[in-house]
This record gives sequence, C-alpha cells and structure tokens, in this order.
Amino acid sequence: MPEIHISQAQLQPEAPSPGGQGPGNRASNEVSRVRVHLLSRGNSAWADRGFHWLMVICALTIFGIVALIATELVLRSQLAWSKFGFKFFFSHFTNPDTKLPLYWDPVNGHFSALPFLYGTLVSSFLALLIAVPLAIGVAIFLTEMCPQLLRGPLAFVTELLAAIPSVIYGLWAVTILVPLMREQVNPLLFKLLGWTGLTSDDNPTGLGFLTAGVILAVMILPIISSLTREVMSTVPHSQREAVLALGATRWEMIRIAVLRNARIGIVGAIILGLGRALGETMAVAMVIGNSPEIHRSILANGSTMASVIANEFSEASDELHMSALIEIGLALFVVTIIVNAIARMLVWAVTRGAPAQTR
Amino acid sequence: MIAPLVAIFVYLIYKGAVSLNLDFFTRNPVPVGELGGGMANAIVGSAILLGVGSLIGVPVGISGGIFLAEFGRGSRLATAIRFTADVLNGVPSIVMGIAIYSLIVVPQKHFSALSGGVALGIMMIPTVCRTTEEMLLMVPHAVREAALALGVPNWRSVLAITVKTASPGIITGCMLAFARVAGETAPLIFTAFGNSNWTVNPNEAMAALPLQIYVYALSPYDEWHKLAWAGSLVLIVLIVAAVSLVRYVTSRGVLKGAS
Repeated sequence: MPEIHISQAQLQPEAPSPGGQGPGNRASNEVSRVRVHLLSRGNSAWADRGFHWLMVICALTIFGIVALIATELVLRSQLAWSKFGFKFFFSHFTNPDTKLPLYWDPVNGHFSALPFLYGTLVSSFLALLIAVPLAIGVAIFLTEMCPQLLRGPLAFVTELLAAIPSVIYGLWAVTILVPLMREQVNPLLFKLLGWTGLTSDDNPTGLGFLTAGVILAVMILPIISSLTREVMSTVPHSQREAVLALGATRWEMIRIAVLRNARIGIVGAIILGLGRALGETMAVAMVIGNSPEIHRSILANGSTMASVIANEFSEASDELHMSALIEIGLALFVVTIIVNAIARMLVWAVTRGAPAQTR
Repeated sequence: MIAPLVAIFVYLIYKGAVSLNLDFFTRNPVPVGELGGGMANAIVGSAILLGVGSLIGVPVGISGGIFLAEFGRGSRLATAIRFTADVLNGVPSIVMGIAIYSLIVVPQKHFSALSGGVALGIMMIPTVCRTTEEMLLMVPHAVREAALALGVPNWRSVLAITVKTASPGIITGCMLAFARVAGETAPLIFTAFGNSNWTVNPNEAMAALPLQIYVYALSPYDEWHKLAWAGSLVLIVLIVAAVSLVRYVTSRGVLKGAS
C-alpha cells in the first residue's frame, strides 16, 4: 500500500494566496481574489452536480452491463428453453441403433446439458481435491513457519502463478502433462484402483477428467492459498499465544487457534476457487478430450460447460444448436454468480472486523 | 507448490527462446509446410484490442471507484454496485464472449476487433473499480477538508487532490487489470475471431497473441508448436514485466507523493 503524502505544491494552484493571512483589508482583498480566481475556473453549482451525476452514471454502467448480459443470454436461449424446458438439464435420448444413451447430437437436434454438468462437477471436484490440502499447507507455511526472508518472494511467486494466462497453462498441459498422464500416471492408477471402476484403461490419449482436474488445481491453488493466508493473518496473536501458553505444540496451536478460527474464511476461499474452476475455459478445453458422454472412469474423455461452448459455438450451424449453447452459458452464469456470492459473503463475514478495512 | 511454476517457466523459456527470432516479430503467419513466419499481426492485434479495452475499462472503472469512495459512501446504492462489480468479476470469460457475440457481432453481422476490445474492457472494469475505491478510501479526510476549506469546488477537489494523491495505487489497479485481460482467450474466440493477415482496421476480424497460441497449440504441426511457445514467452514476459513493475512501484514507493 503506498503511503499517502500530499505536498504543498499540489495545493498551490488551488490556493493562489501564498501567505495571505494578513490582517485587515488585505485579507478581504485576498479573499475576493480567491473567489474571482475560482469563479473563472468553473466553481459553479452545475459543475459540481454534473460531476456527481457523471460518476453516478459510470457506476450505474456496471449495473447496466450485468443486466444487459443477463437479458441477452435469456433472450437468445429462448428457443432451446421453449423446446426442452427444464428437461434440458437432466434428460437424455436413446440412440436407436446402439441403444446407448445419447446426450448431444447437433445433427439430429438432440440436446441435453447433462454430460457437461457432470463434466464440470467432476473436473472441479478433482481440482479441489488436489488443490485444497496443498493450498492450506502453503498458507500455513507462509503465515506460521516461513522465515521472514522467504515470505516476500513466495508471495510474489503466488501472485505470478495467478497472472499466467490460462492458454499458456493449456499449452504446457498439452505438451508435458498429457504425455506424463498417458505413460505414467494413468496406467499406475488403473493398476491400483482399476477394481473400483473409477479408473479404466480404455482411453489411450492421456486426456480426460483427471488431466483437466490437475491443470485446474494448479490454476486455482494461488487464489485459495492467498485468500486463506489473508484470513489466517486476521486471527489475533493473543489467541495463538494463549494456546501456546497452555502447553500446546506448534501443530496443535495451528489446528486449535488458527484453523478453527479461520475456518469460515477458508471455506469462503475454497468456494471462490471453485467459482474460478467452474468457469475456466481454455486450459480445460485443451485437455479434457471433448466428448459429450458420461463415464464413471475419471480417466475417460469428457466435456465441461465452458469447453463445449468454446469448441462448438463458432461452428454452430442452426439456431437450435446455438440457442442450446447459450442456455448452457446462462446456466454457467447463474451458477458462478451464486457460488461467488456465497464465497464473498463468507470471506466478508470473517475479514469484517479486521483493522485493514476502512469503513 | 513452486514445482509446477518452475516446470512451466523453465520449459517455456527453453522452448520459447529456441524458436524466437526476428522473424517472429516482423512476419505474418505462413501456411503449413512453409518454414519461418511469425506473429507480427497477432502482436499488433493484441495491442489494438488491449488499447480499445483500456479506453473502455479504465475511465468507467475509475469513475465507478470515485463514486463508491467519494459520493456513495455507506449508501445502499453503493453496496449494490460494489456487489455487482464483484459479480462481474466472477463472470466466466467465455460467458462474456457469448454475450458480446450476441450484442455486437450478430447485429454487425461480422467479427470485429472492436467487439473483442469491448469484451476485454468490460472485464477490466471491476478490477479497476475496486482498486480505485480502496485506494481513495486510504486518502485521509484532512486532505479533502483542506481542499474544501480553501473554497475549491468538490469536483476539482476530487480530481486534483484525492485522485492525484491516490494515483500510484490507481495506476497499479489499472496495470493489474491490463495484465489479467492480456492473456484472455475465451472472450476473443467469437469476437475478434483471429485473422492470418495483417490488419489494423478495428472493424475487421483481428488476430491476437493468446488466440494464435491456442490455434497453434492444438495443431498437429511441430513448426506451429514452436511458434506457440515463442508466443507464450512473449506474452508471459509482457505480463511478468507488468506485475513486477507494479510490485516494484508499490513497494519502493517510486511514485509516492509524486504527481
């Protein structure tokens, strides 16, 4: 945070009466000169009011944009909505030849968002499963046991990790992570967990839910860990000292004093990370395999709500296909708004009492 | 947790540096099979898109922040706007893409850099707005009162005193928003669309660095993969430079009190 410092020089043009606090008529003379000067530079009621309203309008633009996006999505998805209704999100069709369930068939006009909902949920869940323990570990390390010297650089690295564009994560995943999963991780997982049916070896590409989950985990880790760190640092020092004074070890102190006090904020941080994972598009679209199917195996190809839009929107030929894609977008919009609102409220509830807040 | 970052970075620099040369900056993409070629059009395209985005995002964002901090403090409208800005911040970029597609591209009947710039600009607004608000709230009241006591009209006091005092922080917010949207791909797929030719006309489809990386990364050609890595290196150097500059400026206080 930059320190606020205002120099006399900045005030000079506004106050053209240097040392003009003299007694008697000199003062009144000066005052009138100030008034004349100010009047000549637009000191009038309408200028003030105009500026006020300009700022209000700009602030209301933000309202307008969100409303515009929402109405546009609703209007453009009318066609799919009137044709499928709520069944859009949980029905499926049956392929007349193979008798297998058929979810998404643009050629014959069959649309159901079910596989994309499933794909989004599974990949986000896997991402959270991987990222949350790591992120909390990093946050504990940074707030409780990291030497002062390392703290700055580590925070900087976290910030950088958050600033890398998702398409670069995707490029990295395609060239390094996918071969790694294909040759090492997936066969190993099949050998260990194949009996549960959660992993299978019928997908030789190395793409799939798990790969997407791993890359999502890398992307949401910095968000969760930096927010968790923020929440943890609001736990008062006296709490920690009290627990330590009762004879707790360092780990007990962290568990009892820090984690328990900060748990609501940590949940908020996790949900905020979930919000990012749900809407993440490019990296996921590059590694998830893009097939509109539901598989029990986490190594199978799939598709998420965001990735199907990215892949098919520019090729959508007929109105119904496009309308169905926009309806998926609308669903994504609504879900992320809800998730973000819950997360914001939780984080806000915790940091409200913090001294950093100036309200 | 630093392992993935280091892995990405080392690989990126290695791969990028190998395939980066002068052609990359000066030539347009060439068809598959031909050697060489670069991303000159994508670099210029990215610059134009970001320029349009900043023109929209920065003024609206800063004005919104001024309203939140100076005029609407504690009012119900301000709370609602603050919440809406947070919502806008969480809207997935792909949803922004389809919204702008149906708002601008469909009526215009063709893809254009303008629509891509609008999408990026809208994505910048919440970040700029919230940082501006936070920075303005840190300006002490005494400064505002001093200005008003001198008979300075309120709008001049806000612009010339409060905003100027908080300017380093506001610039930081703008840079962060800029770095964030510089790498966005999803909202550009259906708006700027990409273009393999040279163009500076904002009313045409235009190439952008992240878009080009996306297209090249998914292609099966080695030559194109190399170009994608080079493009990533350029993009990441740009973003890291912006973020580090922001950090340096805010921590060293180079701009502290300067105007």
